[in-house]
Amino acid sequence: MTLWLMAGLLFTPLAWAVLTLLAGFRRGRVVTWLGIAIQVLVSLALWAVVVRDGGFQYPLGGWQAPLGIELRVDGLAVTFVLLTALVAAASGLHAGFYLDPDKQWHRYFWPLFWFLWAGLNVVWLGNDLFNLYVGLELISLSAVGLVALGGQSEALRAALRYLMAALLGSLAYLLGVALFYGEFGSLSLSGIASALGQDSSGDGTGFALVLMLFGLALKTALFPMHRWLPPAHGIARSPVSALLSALVVKGSFYIAARLWLELGAPLGSLALAQLLGLLGGMAVFWGGWQALRQRKLKQVVAYSSVAQIGYLFLLFPLTWNTTEAAALQAQQAMTLQVISHALAKAAMFLSAGNLIMSVGSNRVNALAGVSHFLPFSLFSFGLAGVSLMGLPPTGGFAAKWLFLQASLATGQWWWLVVLLGGGLLSAAYVFRVYRASFVEDSNIDHFFHPARRLEIIPMILALLSLGLGLMAEPVLSVMALTFANGEGT
Amino acid sequence: MTPSLLYAFAGAALCGIGLFGFIVISHLLRKLLAFNLMGSGVFLVLVGLAQHRSGPDPVPQALVLTGIVVAIAATALAVVLIRRYFHLSGKTALEDPARDTLPHQGPREVREAPRE
Repeated sequence: MTLWLMAGLLFTPLAWAVLTLLAGFRRGRVVTWLGIAIQVLVSLALWAVVVRDGGFQYPLGGWQAPLGIELRVDGLAVTFVLLTALVAAASGLHAGFYLDPDKQWHRYFWPLFWFLWAGLNVVWLGNDLFNLYVGLELISLSAVGLVALGGQSEALRAALRYLMAALLGSLAYLLGVALFYGEFGSLSLSGIASALGQDSSGDGTGFALVLMLFGLALKTALFPMHRWLPPAHGIARSPVSALLSALVVKGSFYIAARLWLELGAPLGSLALAQLLGLLGGMAVFWGGWQALRQRKLKQVVAYSSVAQIGYLFLLFPLTWNTTEAAALQAQQAMTLQVISHALAKAAMFLSAGNLIMSVGSNRVNALAGVSHFLPFSLFSFGLAGVSLMGLPPTGGFAAKWLFLQASLATGQWWWLVVLLGGGLLSAAYVFRVYRASFVEDSNIDHFFHPARRLEIIPMILALLSLGLGLMAEPVLSVMALTFANGEGT
Repeated sequence: MTPSLLYAFAGAALCGIGLFGFIVISHLLRKLLAFNLMGSGVFLVLVGLAQHRSGPDPVPQALVLTGIVVAIAATALAVVLIRRYFHLSGKTALEDPARDTLPHQGPREVREAPRE
């Protein structure tokens, strides 16, 4: 049973990537929808297995580490696998209607989409550092290809910029892996952690950790290194932007978080933890401020991603040398923030795509009067915005509430400023879009109406992110499942 | 100082040179070459450091093989994108055209973007 599930999870995306490469856009669409159905079912089944039996380690093909690939299937991984299935399914369905089938190069959306999904699954489940590197590269390369699908020279420029940043980030990460392997002769995260526990010498490996965190932060677009993100996410086609913002940046962050939680205690330092948190806090303010000032609608949403990513980095100071309970709260907050941001941002990008399609312009001011014609898409945009602001009962609220409690419990009150200020800024940029859409401007009375199915998909995502706040308890209980017997906390 | 350690140090030096080039050079193809140099440096560190600690070890060699494949894939993608970007915009760098001080500026501007 597990054999088939794991094969389905990792093999189907790769097989489907090859299949869709052979087909044109329309046939690729049908094939992809079949694949999406399989993937969603497999992810749900794996999730159910972990909920029932707890997590497990899975050597792929029966080969043991270090030459074989060992997968680690625990509650957190399986939660993210399911999240990926959900968001990717929504984006894939949306893309099938949204992308123009008559443009030759759009047929490459499908293979790239599947390679991206395969890479994401590898990253969620990977247990050894090198395998995570391969997964990261798979994600980056297919994401860059997806950005380049925009076609014009601006899209290529953004794609190249993204590629350069991603390549530098992966090399920094790989150099860190090389240093770790040279020191410990092991690639598995848990192996390195236990080796560190035995002899506390580990000279120079602190530098390796810093290198890896730098590379991953670059790929996650943490504040001073965020400049590649807005052009790439802004110019890509809307379903692509949704995938990139919702899932791709989370892949590298997830690895950084796993590294920190396993190796942060012996190798990290107070300065490093506070620095990462500080950069995250600055990202919240800078991203929110820039989102407020952008003229183009999708740039607003892209800068809002920079801000929302910033919250995730509060995990680092809140789990370093803190009490067990506070660290657990911070981890739960991080998980909820990843999930709610993924759902809300995918909904936001997809509905922004609908809005742009209907007014025929990507400027925020061009939305004047759209509230009469497209209330449904505008409503999804707003609902997603409510989650980003962190109002109850959304998932964003639950995440920020947990971050707040963890900050108070550890006495690091200065993060409260970030949490409150960031919420206000996101309210400001969401309302700015709303204000533009309610302006009565009768010059234009001609709106293109996107198909109803294009409007329903972002609506579902927005509702899910709204409902996450109410569902937080069961989601968190699955996340806490570890290997032993299903009892994490 | 064993030969393996020498390899590791040479790799670190290559990494440094590559990083310098990657940041300083604006021409995209040269940037890509700098990336490849940096990649080779990382591979040398990976193999050299492991051999220095524990003698010949097949695992890093397998890793480097995989790493080379990944690097080739990345390079190929980058070359395709750079070529297409050059065709569409006539530029060889990501910076603004004002800062692009290459001598071939003239004939390229005359050339029309092929498609779209």
